[in-house]
Amino acid sequence: MHLAQLNIAHLRAPIDGPELATFVELLEPINALADAAPGFVWRLQESEDDPTATVVHDYGDHLLVNFSVWESIDAVWTFVYRSAHLGVLRRRREWFLRIAEPYTVMWWVPEGHIPTLAEAMRRLERLRAHGPGPEAFTFQEPYDSSEAANLPAAAEARK
Amino acid sequence: MREDHLEALSLLHDPVRRSLYETVAGSGGDVGRAEAAEATGVSRTLAGHHLDKLVEAGLLESGFRQPERRGPGSGRPAKVYRRASGERSVSLPPRDYAVLASVLAGVVDALGAEEKAEQVARAAGARLARDHRGEPVEAVLAGRGYEPYTDRAGEDAPAGGEGRLRLRNCPFHALSQEHPLLVCSMNLALCQGLLEGLGDRPERAALDPRPGECCVSLALPSDTKTNED
Repeated sequence: MHLAQLNIAHLRAPIDGPELATFVELLEPINALADAAPGFVWRLQESEDDPTATVVHDYGDHLLVNFSVWESIDAVWTFVYRSAHLGVLRRRREWFLRIAEPYTVMWWVPEGHIPTLAEAMRRLERLRAHGPGPEAFTFQEPYDSSEAANLPAAAEARK
Repeated sequence: MREDHLEALSLLHDPVRRSLYETVAGSGGDVGRAEAAEATGVSRTLAGHHLDKLVEAGLLESGFRQPERRGPGSGRPAKVYRRASGERSVSLPPRDYAVLASVLAGVVDALGAEEKAEQVARAAGARLARDHRGEPVEAVLAGRGYEPYTDRAGEDAPAGGEGRLRLRNCPFHALSQEHPLLVCSMNLALCQGLLEGLGDRPERAALDPRPGECCVSLALPSDTKTNED
């Protein structure tokens, strides 16, 4: 199984404005770092040619979306917190407003399966409504892939 | 009190085992029996015996290093040892600061009070330096369990330069796994406060995250000389 991860951020100002310029500058190097990170599988890209193009979506222009697939929780954790990406995270308040509810969600997907952004947003809603579970979880309360894989069987058994 | 922790730690009472443990832990990587035996001045057999005892107790982990030559005659893979990632601690009377620290980290998150937390950490670092005025920061960090070492091959470091003073051990490891952004930011602030308190330049400490080590590294003292005038 592979791990899908969505995180959203609430932009302080339009992405093409001067307030976000220092952030947009970092997109290319940090995305390159992700693409080369051990265990990286895939990420949603708006454009193959323009590394500064952020994902266009229907959930509001103020939301910045990062959506990727990794081989394991460790792989994505190590990229997020043990690479130069951590320095970008530290500066998040320069560019993003604080979101009081969960803004990142993970779940297991079969290898080779690329989930849609709509599914990712549903998973985030699920996490916000019901808290972490095998179908939508966080770094702080992770579930392993066997727990997710066993879900349908477990549901059958309870019937 | 955790009986298994007490038993593991009591193994280190033996000076040979203690010295073997320190050799392996201080290397920052895999150490073979022959290497460990040489460093501690005991026979390879005796070193192997004690190293395996340390593995049994969970203080070290073992693995195998493939021989460089493959095929017939290349020999068996060599057994190697590294420090185990699990923590061992014994406190009498029993104390549990980790749970409270975790709860407090959760409170900072809930309040969005990271900036304040960093300010407080910086002040705490300066306070820690009070008893160490005039000492080099390397010695003070070593005394606090950071296990500093000089890394000359530091071209990829954010501050550039010849190399970095890196910290092999994160004293806040478990908490930094749980709240990495908060704990690493506070740790950086603490190191900067420590430098400031020692009369050194706080900018020497920078965030420099890498797998398996502390997320802070320091510019080497030689790099700072040019800025002293």
